[in-house]
Amino acid sequence: MSNLGEPVPRSDGKIKVNGSARFAADQSLPGQLHAVFVSSTIPAGRVANIDTGLALGLPGVVRVLVAGDLPPLHADFNETMVPPLATKSIPMQSDEILHEGQPIAIVLAETLEAAEAGARAVRATYAPAPYINPEAAAPDAVDPERGGYSYLDASEFLKGDPEAAMTSAAHVVQAEYAQPTRHANPMEPSAILASWSGDNLTVYDSVQHLPAVQANLAATFGLERAAVRVISPHTGGGFGVKGYVWPHELLAAMAARVMRRPVKLVLTRRDMYGMVGTQPRVTQEIRLGADSTGKLVSMTHVVSNVTGLTEDYIEFATVPSRSFYACDNISNLQLVRRGNMTLPTYMRSPAEGPGSWALGSAMDELARAVGMDPIDLRLASYAEVDPVSGDPWSSKKLREAYALGSERFGWRSRPAGGTLDGHWRIGCGMADCSQGVTRFGSTVRVLLKADGTARFESSLCDVGQGPATIFAQVVGEILGLSPDRVHAVTGDTNLPPAGPTYGSATTISTGTALHQAATAVRDRLARLCGWPVAEIAMRGGSIVRGTESRTIEAVLSEAGVSELSGDGALEIENYADAGLPGFPARSFGAIFVEVGVDPELGLLRLRRATGAYSVGRILNARTARSQMIGGIVWGWGQAAMEASHFEPSLGRWHAKDLANVVLPVNADIPPEIDIAFVDEFDPNAGPLGVRSVGTMAATGVAAAVANAVYDAIGIRVRELPITPDKLVQG
Amino acid sequence: MRNFSYAQATSRADAIALLQQPETMSIAGGTELLNWKRIGIVEPARVVDITGIPDMEGVEALPNGGVRIGALTKLNDVAQHALIRDAYPVFSQAILKAASAQIRNLATIGGNPLQRVRCAYFRAEEPTPCNKRVAGSGCSAVAGIHDKHAIFGWTEDCVAVHPADPPVALAALDAAYVIENAKGVRRVPVQDIHVMPSENPAWHNILGNGDLITAIEIGAAATTSAYLKIRERESFEYATVSAAVALDLDGDVIRRARIALGSVAMRPWRLNATEQQLVGQRIGSSEAVAAVDAGFVDARPLSSNAYKITIARNATLRAIELAARAA
Amino acid sequence: MSDHPGKISRRTFMRGTATVAAGVAVIGAPTEAGAQDLAPSRFSSSVTVRFEINGVDHVLDVEPRTTLLDAVRERLQLTGTKKGCNRGECGACTVLMDDRRVNSCLILAASTDGRKITTIEGLADGPVLHPVQQAFIDHDAFQCGFCTSGQIMSAVGCIAEGHAGSNAEIREWMSGNLCRCSAYPQIAAAVEAAAGEIV
Repeated sequence: MSNLGEPVPRSDGKIKVNGSARFAADQSLPGQLHAVFVSSTIPAGRVANIDTGLALGLPGVVRVLVAGDLPPLHADFNETMVPPLATKSIPMQSDEILHEGQPIAIVLAETLEAAEAGARAVRATYAPAPYINPEAAAPDAVDPERGGYSYLDASEFLKGDPEAAMTSAAHVVQAEYAQPTRHANPMEPSAILASWSGDNLTVYDSVQHLPAVQANLAATFGLERAAVRVISPHTGGGFGVKGYVWPHELLAAMAARVMRRPVKLVLTRRDMYGMVGTQPRVTQEIRLGADSTGKLVSMTHVVSNVTGLTEDYIEFATVPSRSFYACDNISNLQLVRRGNMTLPTYMRSPAEGPGSWALGSAMDELARAVGMDPIDLRLASYAEVDPVSGDPWSSKKLREAYALGSERFGWRSRPAGGTLDGHWRIGCGMADCSQGVTRFGSTVRVLLKADGTARFESSLCDVGQGPATIFAQVVGEILGLSPDRVHAVTGDTNLPPAGPTYGSATTISTGTALHQAATAVRDRLARLCGWPVAEIAMRGGSIVRGTESRTIEAVLSEAGVSELSGDGALEIENYADAGLPGFPARSFGAIFVEVGVDPELGLLRLRRATGAYSVGRILNARTARSQMIGGIVWGWGQAAMEASHFEPSLGRWHAKDLANVVLPVNADIPPEIDIAFVDEFDPNAGPLGVRSVGTMAATGVAAAVANAVYDAIGIRVRELPITPDKLVQG
Repeated sequence: MRNFSYAQATSRADAIALLQQPETMSIAGGTELLNWKRIGIVEPARVVDITGIPDMEGVEALPNGGVRIGALTKLNDVAQHALIRDAYPVFSQAILKAASAQIRNLATIGGNPLQRVRCAYFRAEEPTPCNKRVAGSGCSAVAGIHDKHAIFGWTEDCVAVHPADPPVALAALDAAYVIENAKGVRRVPVQDIHVMPSENPAWHNILGNGDLITAIEIGAAATTSAYLKIRERESFEYATVSAAVALDLDGDVIRRARIALGSVAMRPWRLNATEQQLVGQRIGSSEAVAAVDAGFVDARPLSSNAYKITIARNATLRAIELAARAA
Repeated sequence: MSDHPGKISRRTFMRGTATVAAGVAVIGAPTEAGAQDLAPSRFSSSVTVRFEINGVDHVLDVEPRTTLLDAVRERLQLTGTKKGCNRGECGACTVLMDDRRVNSCLILAASTDGRKITTIEGLADGPVLHPVQQAFIDHDAFQCGFCTSGQIMSAVGCIAEGHAGSNAEIREWMSGNLCRCSAYPQIAAAVEAAAGEIV
């Protein structure tokens, strides 16, 4: 049996193409007020005065809330964890300003137009303080007291004696790589509609994890969790920045509390730069030492990323150098540069995203120094086991992925670097893709109805990856139903709480719970028939034992049961883990790209790409392919254009729009994006045989592109993005 | 945005009269004015919608061999009109490289040159020193982030470039804007409509109270022409540099060359020295290369945009090659 | 070149402010009070618009500043049209106006009197999807679905304009619609397929 699942079309396809899928900002409630933020125009200091007179005089403006008008955070808030709360620093609880773009007032009006005009009419004055430009700050050691991000991975790692090994290496490459801050800019800006009924709060929100919003809003007001309901059936892209709970969500709920009316807050595109997180600027120093055969003997990797003043967000870019290759001597160190900026966050793709850019480039430099093909160099240090624990991987078919990708791309017969096509110089490059598996606790309920349909209930949100579609396939497979007879009921905290939709963790986490729940339903059905579970099969809406077959309808109606239900749970100690204990789990792959460089004009264009992946079983070939294509395009954006520049004299992002910050457009991406999966079932990762998919797709791409640029014109670019100024030659 | 009151002009004279009111601005395609208001660049009390004015839309041949384009003609309609596409490829190409398909369905060819600079300091919603936002407040870009800024004609008071593509082609075609006001009609060469920072860094263009661009006039056909736009992404982005070239060739010998660069200065930048030196030279000859180099003698980089001079020079050479190929 | 940024003579400063505006007269000190007090009778602060949306005639009183996008979303509750940037930089708000694709965030509702507007909600023929809508499902041309309304309306316009002749032409003429899930190859394939079907 192939482990490449059926390419079932998306179950939410119709409502996404006819405009009826309602996102958070599409919701409205009677009596709602529109909220628009006034935000700080200085990066540090205090709000001296806010003059709301002009704003309040405008027709339609109902109230301008300033710091003193909002309820204080309840004592329960002290117990919240960062993450999943993005930051404990909640604006408008005092007059202190920690970064530019921080909300300082909320204008509430009967119409959106009035609220926007009101926000422009609010006049704030400040008592500025000297601010710290994080990009210019000295790197400092990670402080575990500053938030909980440092507990998510290792800030230091040492294995063997890297310094000694480096001195004995036949080949050493050493370089520094940098990538700029990038904003995720999901097409849907964050939005929330908050409404109180007595002491019960309901929010329609744009999020990647509903229970986290529920818990943090409850703590903000000192409520039981059950008093807060979060509804988020559709989220218009998250890419990490809707993963954790950001202050605007708390402020909208506070405003609704004060006003005793529903409050609808839709962040502007500008707000998406100042009020939610970003992938931080990361600089990386890498040294690789290899013996004369190209085998790695030593790796050192020091990473520093910018972060805010209140919490140490850590971009764990050192992960690849302790998990991609077999090497006896490794040292890793994570540092931070603190300054007055919005706190960064996990953004597609975190850790391995930045890390694979630097390591994938350094490996290419090493391959050229040794004189080996970059695939052969990688095979020389193939990690058969997890280099950190020494335990065998849950499953790893990266060799097969190299072979598959190399064959499909024509890697071994690629054109010589610099081959001319008109004015274009062609170059090819490859790099490793990889992302560690993360599992989160998750619950789900499956219900089988007498009419032969089933549904599954879970608070999970479908941010576009397609879990609602593939989970219908999973339930259908277990219960013998076609997927269109399995309905998803999701996106509401009134349903069994699911883990988050980030970190490519949904399928392995909620899917495992779902497998359990559907299996429980199947077993109950067998018991209703009086048949041993081990002897039955589910096919075509019927339960089958040998030559006997009974329809689901018949079994349930005879038993007088209208609905059979089963609950499933993936229970994880300490919130999250990295796979089944004893089986380090990681997805693997390789990305191959061909680029054209016009060095006279400074142009870089993608010509084609092949990605080949070892990710375990693929439940749906269609949605998985789309995720991989999306990741490759993200990688192209990271490589070729995306950057948010911190304006050093103003202490803010230089541009906060989609014109002066460029993202890839359709014309940038050729149709020749080729995706292939190794046939694989990972029995050690869980009952579904899956590991993780989408986050990994954006890893490795930037390195492959930089390697291809070097191949084309002999220029090694070590600072992203690879823009015309870095390519143009006289 | 601040609310305003609204009127629809019924004729050119009506529009000109309405525009005499204080704090009044016109709107046609709307692709700029609404954003200016959102950002806080302008806050007019009154807006005159001029899209309903008759006789300001369409492309017509002129008796002398040129064309006249009504100012309200949408960008896509100009570019794809047979008279433009066939006779002025450089202009058609420049338009179709501008903005996006849907913006080109809204934006008018007369409003296009009136768009303002794309300098992120100018476009900031936060108070930022910028002489084009608040005259006399200074220029943040000259010592700030300016990698896409000017290499010609900048001063310490403004280093921004004019971003529009179509006027670059029009400049190479020696086209003119027809401008009407209460006193009458005047014609202004395309590159003269914008104001260089040495003249006044606070200005965008020379249009004054009640001035209305009603048409564009272009002279004789220029079929041997091409537009080259350099940008990081393949589409829907302002130029890092662009080059418009119109040639008269005798075989592969240049008899006349007209070259304008875009996004290098506050107006389309004609390479006059290059144009003169190219006369009599062969396409692709070392003399032609030297002639192009002569156009960059007075190029002056800022601290982080010297690469633009190299790209502009190479883009000029490439656009000459493309134009010659169109012959 | 002035070595002093503030060194602008009073004469040039005055002339500068008088010409800042595009094609027009200008702006004194901003006043936040309603503009209607100063307005001559030709200018109005509320506009009655009669337009056809998705085949249905509507009459709407709007403030002049209200955009077509906000009117459609907030007043008519046709929320299929999305606001991604409110600047014309993303294409999520694309609708058809008199059968041409346009960014509804850049259009004053007041200027749409007598126009015919089609939004995503008006594309299907009852339960039967428009060929472009069906092609987007068939080619998996979206993930989160937020940009999809704008992509589909833009695709309908792209095909009608005759710019779906090749994959390369489609990609160029569909570049006004950003997709951050990055379904670009699937979008281009869907438009290509739908164009073949519509012709």
